[in-house]
Amino acid sequence: MDIIGGIARFIVEEILSQPALLLGLIVLVGLLALRKPAGEVIGGTLKAILGFVILGVGANAVVAALQPLGVMVLEVFGAQGVVPTNEAITGIAAGEFGTTVAWVMLVGFLVNLALARFTPLKYIFLTGHHILFMATMLAVVLSVAQLGDLAIVLAGGILLGTVMVVMPALGQPFMRRITNDQPVAIGHFGTMGYILAGLAGKAFGSGSKSTEEMAFPKTFNFLRDAMVATAVAMILIYLVFSIWFAQVATADQVAAITGGDLVVFGFTQALTFAAGVAVILLGVRTILGEIVPAFAGIGSRIVPDAVPALDCPITFPFAPNAVLIGFVASFAGGLVSLGILALTNGLGLALALILPGMVPHFFTGGTAGVFGNATGGRIGATIGGFVNGVFITFGAAFLLPVMGELGFANTTFGDADFQWYGILIGNVANFGGAILWVGLAVIVAALLALGIWVQTRFVPPPRYEAETSAEPVAPTT
Amino acid sequence: MKILTVCGMGLGTGLLLRMNTEEALKKIGVDDASVEVADISTAKGMGATADIVLTSTELAEQLGQVKGTLVTVQNFFDKGEIERKLREAMGRPQEGG
Repeated sequence: MDIIGGIARFIVEEILSQPALLLGLIVLVGLLALRKPAGEVIGGTLKAILGFVILGVGANAVVAALQPLGVMVLEVFGAQGVVPTNEAITGIAAGEFGTTVAWVMLVGFLVNLALARFTPLKYIFLTGHHILFMATMLAVVLSVAQLGDLAIVLAGGILLGTVMVVMPALGQPFMRRITNDQPVAIGHFGTMGYILAGLAGKAFGSGSKSTEEMAFPKTFNFLRDAMVATAVAMILIYLVFSIWFAQVATADQVAAITGGDLVVFGFTQALTFAAGVAVILLGVRTILGEIVPAFAGIGSRIVPDAVPALDCPITFPFAPNAVLIGFVASFAGGLVSLGILALTNGLGLALALILPGMVPHFFTGGTAGVFGNATGGRIGATIGGFVNGVFITFGAAFLLPVMGELGFANTTFGDADFQWYGILIGNVANFGGAILWVGLAVIVAALLALGIWVQTRFVPPPRYEAETSAEPVAPTT
Repeated sequence: MKILTVCGMGLGTGLLLRMNTEEALKKIGVDDASVEVADISTAKGMGATADIVLTSTELAEQLGQVKGTLVTVQNFFDKGEIERKLREAMGRPQEGG
């Protein structure tokens, strides 16, 4: 008996409490369930574990590279400076919250499958990194509200599984128009921004011509390269603040940051940040390469008529010009909002300064442009992108207070759904006690009701014979 | 045979493309191929050892020349298109024709 108890305790206390090993175990079970050959099972399990270790290595670099920027922005503005980057905050949180995050993901998968099986919301959310990011946000926010580990896993898993079917449903009326009724949904947690962009396009863009009927320079296409985009944005941000800091700081303050030249130091820190994000991306890619196919395989068996909810770039080929217009407009929205945040700071409101992260603005701004174009052409793409940029800037600012210690990390979640969902849940959960549980139940019920209403009202059942429907619009240049 | 599927971040659409490619390979009857995902930043280097590189039209322009056969896919979730273009790249006859 003692030996069995000892083994059980060893598994629970030593293995299941190690996020990397837990993740490996989940993948191991998934691969065995899919009857993969032994080599693939061993390789896949090891890769998931290695992926998690890689995540931690990248997070260290990111934290080290952001710290001096935080000091400089604080000195110059008297406020916290934050560059929203999903990968960075997830990597940083993984050290402390990794175990609960892995459990929340697992429960979230199961809840997604159950909801897809038994409700009209037949979506399987296959964008693995966003599941990971959302699980991280939920684990952090719920732990700040003082929930125990088991409560976090259950509540977090249900909240995760719910949003995994509801957001694709809410985006589907627009996706049908974008993809010409193909059986595919948007599975990306920037969807609130896309819905707002679609609605804005509808309100302001009536009669506006499609973005795809114009020639548009491809200058900004290089920003799809995340490594380059992150580096460019961080170099600009670091240059601005190191030059500014050099003007206002004393020699001692400069010496506390670097013994050498401040501008050169900022340049290397910016590159270190971009390199750290690239390492974290490699870690995430390595983990997901095993988990997502397993989830997709199991999902297609349990919910045969499921519609896959996929990452936002699947919309890009349908309106490549709208992507670039949406990005530029979103970035402009981010800059305008930064200005407003700086002004309110002067008035004594203690909001953090949200500096525009290039990657969130490119991917979510671009998709917002596609949604805006679908309802309101060029005007819709422009206004839609701008609205998205404003939303994700203020969303980041208001998310920080519910993130506890991690709210001071100089980076946070950059996409709309992490933000509104986190703000909503965090503020409800912070009441504690009965209000917390009733509040979370109401959120889940209301979201499901809204999703089912949109689904039954605006989304006809998919036409299965339409296997070879319209090809995406080819670029006009 | 090594096949590379490339998207912007190497996370979402690239992985979808890998899954659909693996399914297509099974249909075609190829079982000795390994399919890997890359982001556009590292694709150039990883492409040096790949026999076939699959990506979207826009990213193909950015990627430029690769050593293996470059296949552009219009619609990442159209399994028919992926299978057709893979058969073409591998010099296998199209199904039913």
